[in-house]
Order: sequence, then structure tokens, then C-alpha cells
Amino acid sequence: MIPIEYYLWLSAVLFSIGVLGVLYRRNAIIIFMCIELMLNAVNLVMVAFSNYLNDAAGQIFVFFIMAVAAAEVAVGLAILIMTYRNTKSTDINILNRLKW
Amino acid sequence: MTLNLFYFLSFLAVLSALMVVFSKNPVYSVLYLIITFFAIAGHYVLMKAEFLAVVHLIVYAGAIMVLFLYVIMLLNLNKETEPHKNNILKFAATICSGLLLIVLIGSLKGTELLGKGHISPNSTIGNVKNLGKVLFTDFLLPFEIASILLLAAMVGVVMLAKSEKKININE
Repeated sequence: MIPIEYYLWLSAVLFSIGVLGVLYRRNAIIIFMCIELMLNAVNLVMVAFSNYLNDAAGQIFVFFIMAVAAAEVAVGLAILIMTYRNTKSTDINILNRLKW
Repeated sequence: MTLNLFYFLSFLAVLSALMVVFSKNPVYSVLYLIITFFAIAGHYVLMKAEFLAVVHLIVYAGAIMVLFLYVIMLLNLNKETEPHKNNILKFAATICSGLLLIVLIGSLKGTELLGKGHISPNSTIGNVKNLGKVLFTDFLLPFEIASILLLAAMVGVVMLAKSEKKININE
């Protein structure tokens, strides 16, 4: 019998590690991976509440989040390859031309 | 027994998630992220969501991580000489995410329904039969829209990653 708040805390920790990675690193691929980590933290808490409330809708939402994450990763990595072709780097500090 | 398994899987997930952020080589980051995904799949099995556990392993560890590894190998990034932020920005990032963690845990401790809730160990809503029934009755329209999304993503990826210059094979 696992209390549901344990899953909430674990998910909060994983989400914070994802935010830490986005703020900490400069490599765009690592930033993508940390976004995946945040999506998975949210998925975890959705499955926990789906089990707790005995409602299958939460697990269906997780299924759709996985589909959207797959599409997002494919498009994001394509953009990354395109920027690498132009700048020869995946450093996000090069891509600062949109800054005010 | 299940509680010990929960602690083990949580420890594994948090440790390898930290190693994703702090390891120097991007290939090692991808491999640690795969360990994190396996631990999360173990959590899904603990919560009796077997279908989602299998789909999670196939989609994340099988497809998305292979895509990441492929891009890293393609861009030849598997070296440890990438530029890092300076120490003040790293310190600020750590403080910001720590504050976010404190805010999340503080707001979760204030809610009342969480004290009594438990994960039920013999729930049957996570099996394939039940999920398929719900997916194809209540969520039929979002299911079809997801297929359109995947098609649009595929077309967009091919358009984006297509080389603009003509490649000369003989060179």
C-alpha cells in the first residue's frame, strides 16, 4: 500500500530536476531530454491519480501525451539539425537573435 | 515489499535524472535517461497500469531515445568539450529549481485529500481490455485527431530536415 502523496513528491522532484536541466545546460539536446523528463513527471502523477480515483481517463491522457511527445521530439530534433547545419553548433547561446 | 520496491525505483529514477543533467557527455545523458524511463515504467507496473508501462517502454526507450542517440551520433556531439554556463548562472539555476521544488512540496502538503489516499494494488482499470474500451468509445475523436497530428509532424519533419542544396555524391 503506497500512499499517493509519495508519488506526488517523487513527481515534484523529477519535475524540478527537469527545470534544473533546462536552466543549467547550454546544449540544446540535453534541454530536450529534460523537457521529456518533465513530461514524464506529469505522466507519473496522472497515472497515480487515475489509479486512486479509479478512472481510466487519466491513463488515456497519458497515452495522448506520449503521442504528442513523440511528435514534438521529431519536430524539435529536425529544427535542431537545421540550426546545426547553419551554425555548426547546438549551443543555445548562438541562437540569441530574437532577444529583444 | 511494494514499499521497498517503490523506494528503490524512486531512488534509481531521481539519481539517474540528476546524472542526465550533470554528466558531461551527451551520450551518457541519453543512457541515464533510458534508466530513468525504465524506473518510471516500473512505477507504472506498481500502479497496475501494465498497458502504459509497455507503451512507455516501446515509445520512449525504444523510439524517442534511439532518435536522440541517432541525432547525437549524426551531429558528432559525443565529446566532452561543449561550452558550459558560467558559475553564477549555474548557481542561479540551482536556486531557481530548488525554490520551485519547495513551492511544489509546500502546496502539496497543504491539500487535504492526500493524507488518506493509497494506490490500490489490485485495480483493473489499467489493463488493455478496459483501456481499449474507453479509448474507442469516450475518446474516439481525440484518438483520430492524434493520427492527424502524427501525420502533420511527419510531413513537417521531412520539410524541415530536407537539405536545401543539392548533394553531390561524386565528391
